[in-house]
Amino acid sequence: MLDAKGQEIIVEIRDAIIVTFNHLRLSCSASSKAIIKELERIDHLFNLYANRSSGMIDPEGIEALCSDLEVDHTDVRILMLAWKMKAEKQGYFTLDEWRRGLKALRADTISKLKKALPELEKEVRRPPNFVDFYSYAFRYCLTEEKQKSIDIESICQLLDLVLGSQFHPQVDMLIDYLKTQKDYKVINMDQWMGFLRFCNEISFPDLSNYDPDLAWPLILDNFVEWMIAKQS
Amino acid sequence: MAKTVDLEKGWEEMKKGMAKLKATLEGQSDSPFDSEESVKLYTTVFNLCTQNRKSDHTEYAAELYKRYRSAINEYINETKETWHIFSERTSERWSNHNIMVRWLSKFFSYLDRYYVVKQSLPNLAEAGKACFHDLIEQEREGGQIDRDLVRSVVSMFRDVGVSGIELYENDFEVYMLENTSVYYARKALDHILVDSCPDYMLMVEQCLKTEKERVSHYLCPSTEPKLLEKTQHELLFVHANQLLEKESSGLSRLLEDGQVCISISVITNGLESVSTIFREHVTSIGQALVRNAADEASHKKVESKDIVGFPEQVFLRKVIDLHDKYLSYVNGCFMNNLIFQKALDEAFEVFCNKQIAGVSSAEIFATFCDRILKKDGGSEKLTDEAIEETLDKIVKLIVHLHEKDLFAEFCRKKLSRRLLSDRSVNEEHEMSLLSKLKQQFGGQFTSKMEGMVEDLILGREKQVEFGNYLRDNPHENRGTDMSVTVLTTGFWPTYKSSELNVPTELIRCIEVFSRFYTSNTRNRKLTWMFQFGYCNLIGRFKPKPIELQLSTHQAATLLLFNTSERLSFSEIMSQLNLPSEEVKKPLHSLSCSNYKVLIKEPDNKAISSSDVFEFNSMFTDKMRRIKIPLPHTEEKKKVTVDVDRSRPFAIDAAVVRIMKSRKALGYQQLLMECVEQLNRIFKPDVRLIKKRIEDLIHRDYLERDEDDVSMFRYKA
Repeated sequence: MLDAKGQEIIVEIRDAIIVTFNHLRLSCSASSKAIIKELERIDHLFNLYANRSSGMIDPEGIEALCSDLEVDHTDVRILMLAWKMKAEKQGYFTLDEWRRGLKALRADTISKLKKALPELEKEVRRPPNFVDFYSYAFRYCLTEEKQKSIDIESICQLLDLVLGSQFHPQVDMLIDYLKTQKDYKVINMDQWMGFLRFCNEISFPDLSNYDPDLAWPLILDNFVEWMIAKQS
Repeated sequence: MAKTVDLEKGWEEMKKGMAKLKATLEGQSDSPFDSEESVKLYTTVFNLCTQNRKSDHTEYAAELYKRYRSAINEYINETKETWHIFSERTSERWSNHNIMVRWLSKFFSYLDRYYVVKQSLPNLAEAGKACFHDLIEQEREGGQIDRDLVRSVVSMFRDVGVSGIELYENDFEVYMLENTSVYYARKALDHILVDSCPDYMLMVEQCLKTEKERVSHYLCPSTEPKLLEKTQHELLFVHANQLLEKESSGLSRLLEDGQVCISISVITNGLESVSTIFREHVTSIGQALVRNAADEASHKKVESKDIVGFPEQVFLRKVIDLHDKYLSYVNGCFMNNLIFQKALDEAFEVFCNKQIAGVSSAEIFATFCDRILKKDGGSEKLTDEAIEETLDKIVKLIVHLHEKDLFAEFCRKKLSRRLLSDRSVNEEHEMSLLSKLKQQFGGQFTSKMEGMVEDLILGREKQVEFGNYLRDNPHENRGTDMSVTVLTTGFWPTYKSSELNVPTELIRCIEVFSRFYTSNTRNRKLTWMFQFGYCNLIGRFKPKPIELQLSTHQAATLLLFNTSERLSFSEIMSQLNLPSEEVKKPLHSLSCSNYKVLIKEPDNKAISSSDVFEFNSMFTDKMRRIKIPLPHTEEKKKVTVDVDRSRPFAIDAAVVRIMKSRKALGYQQLLMECVEQLNRIFKPDVRLIKKRIEDLIHRDYLERDEDDVSMFRYKA
């Protein structure tokens, strides 16, 4: 049984809890109001670029978006944006994807989106994300349903886009080789991932730590052979 | 003009200078050794050597050179204790030594530039080091040397070198190995002529042991394999032939006399080296055989280059003999020792897979078997036993072939031709070869060929049945005697069926047989292969009728002339309904070869589409029955192409099999198991396996493990 003092304390505690709870409620509604506002603005932004009939942002819309962002539509940052949105179809953004991406970036206006791009780039280039982004880039380019490989020309462009800034010399030589060789007309996902591993692990241009007896894709074995022949 | 300097006086100067240098190094001198003094010393040497050019003062130079060497030696001796006692400062000692050598050689560098070059002596720096090598040589000759001294020197080399081992290897080891070679070459020459083989082998054993010991005592362990290799090379390989062939005591003689067994067991370590000699010896004989055969083959006429001719057959006979001979050595004198068996196998593997004149070894072997099993077996007529024996031996050799699947395919093609043209010696021998192959390489290897032979055996039974059928149904009997061989499609090589317009006389026979066959069997479809059949026609020539043994195509061509005397090429072609190549062949044999049954206009040796043919009613021959041969073209390229195409599938199957049972496997492991499995059929190319694995990944049979890129998983 509590004495008077004890009861006083309990009341105080109770009041404190009530006050805190009320504060929380208020701030929740405040922030939830803010959130609702944000979502509205994001949707509004979507509608600016979306195609009326399809309900999606199509290539034309994306081009408009790019010009507003002052970014070239072939810029890798658009691809990064697509990655953030987890966009499935190349050249199109659905409302869900749009919401997902912009919410994650905390951008509900064009200027905020533009400002978010550098940070996005940094995020993507962080090692665990980059591997995911890299494999996403490949999948994003598969346009047909059962398609599993991408033609050499497109692969070269993709390589340059995705790895060009980070691994310029490797990408240059690789593209040169891919355009010259005749063994492969398309590249599959396994080979694509192999390229990244190659750039990350193999010292260039001496290639001294490359071991063809390991499980590298055959195309890289051929590439190394070609490079060594070229260098001598 | 410098004043003439007396040698002794000059030498006094040098000695003073060297003493000063020594003192400086030992930290005992007050004044440092400066450049003026060193120039003075250099000048002294220069003067000594160059003065009085008129007379030959190279004796001074020679003397100085000698004294230089003894100065170094002296220095080594003097400082011997310091080497031991101050072993912590060994690097200091060594660098001091080096500095000494360097400076001295600077003083004496004039010598280096002129005298040494003239006399081709080792230059001064090398000479300085050579003193140590001499020590080793001394020991080899049985002298006692200060081993500890040498050991410290060696460890110094090792420790001082910039990247550790380099100094040792470049400065010391290289020279030591060279010296070793020279030493043992000399020793070998001394002994090889005098010693009997067993004694020589004993000596070799002893030398190897000594060198090993030397390494463990005072040399660097990395030297051991190189040292042993050099020793072995000089003592054994260089004289391998002599060892083997030595008149009364050579290895081969001993092998014959069975005495080697004893000596071999004495040499415990020597087994390896002897087996290596053995292998090299056999390999070199084998390769010589290959070269001979290639030479002979290249002298053949250009046209017949594609057909395997006799030099290849002779080659294989010699290879068989070679194998017999050396196998007997392995079994007898080397007492079936595995090392020697392996050496023999390795040797044979090397030269049994060589191409000769562009013909693959697989084809050579197949042609050899073909000849043995043909009725007119080339140049040799063999008894049944001889055939069996030869087949036995050739199968043993086939084990060494890398491309067994190619061999099997050639075999099958040739078997088909033998069976279809009835040129096989007899079925028992065919089955015997097949069962031998089956024993060695498994049922899959021979199943198709066995099927082929069985087809023929069954075919004969069928023929009897057909005869009965005709007897029982006389209205079916059309008067033309016909026999049919039914082949099971899967067993035989694929042939395109001939679209020949069948002559009327034959049509009825075909219909009769078809009726018989379908009454007898169920769910079978017959496709007629006229290109393999043969006919006997009676040609009613004016001089006398002659029976012609022809192929069906030839017969069909001739039968056209029953209705018209003259026919053009295009008419013949359209009436026969065959492609132009298939028409040219029979026409050629009938008009341009030995038997001109048809007259050709124009009368040249080639068939062209504008030619016209006429029945030669005046044709005759002294024989009443003649066979007009139709040359066949060997589809060699096709065989190789077919086999090449089948290999990726074999690899796929092997990989899937392995992965299915192992679920997950590392790349290297998978590769190894794949190669092992496929080696019974062919030697797979590693790159092709890699390619197939990638293809299987693409087709979702396998996947790479997410965490470990060198690991693959089976996708159920």
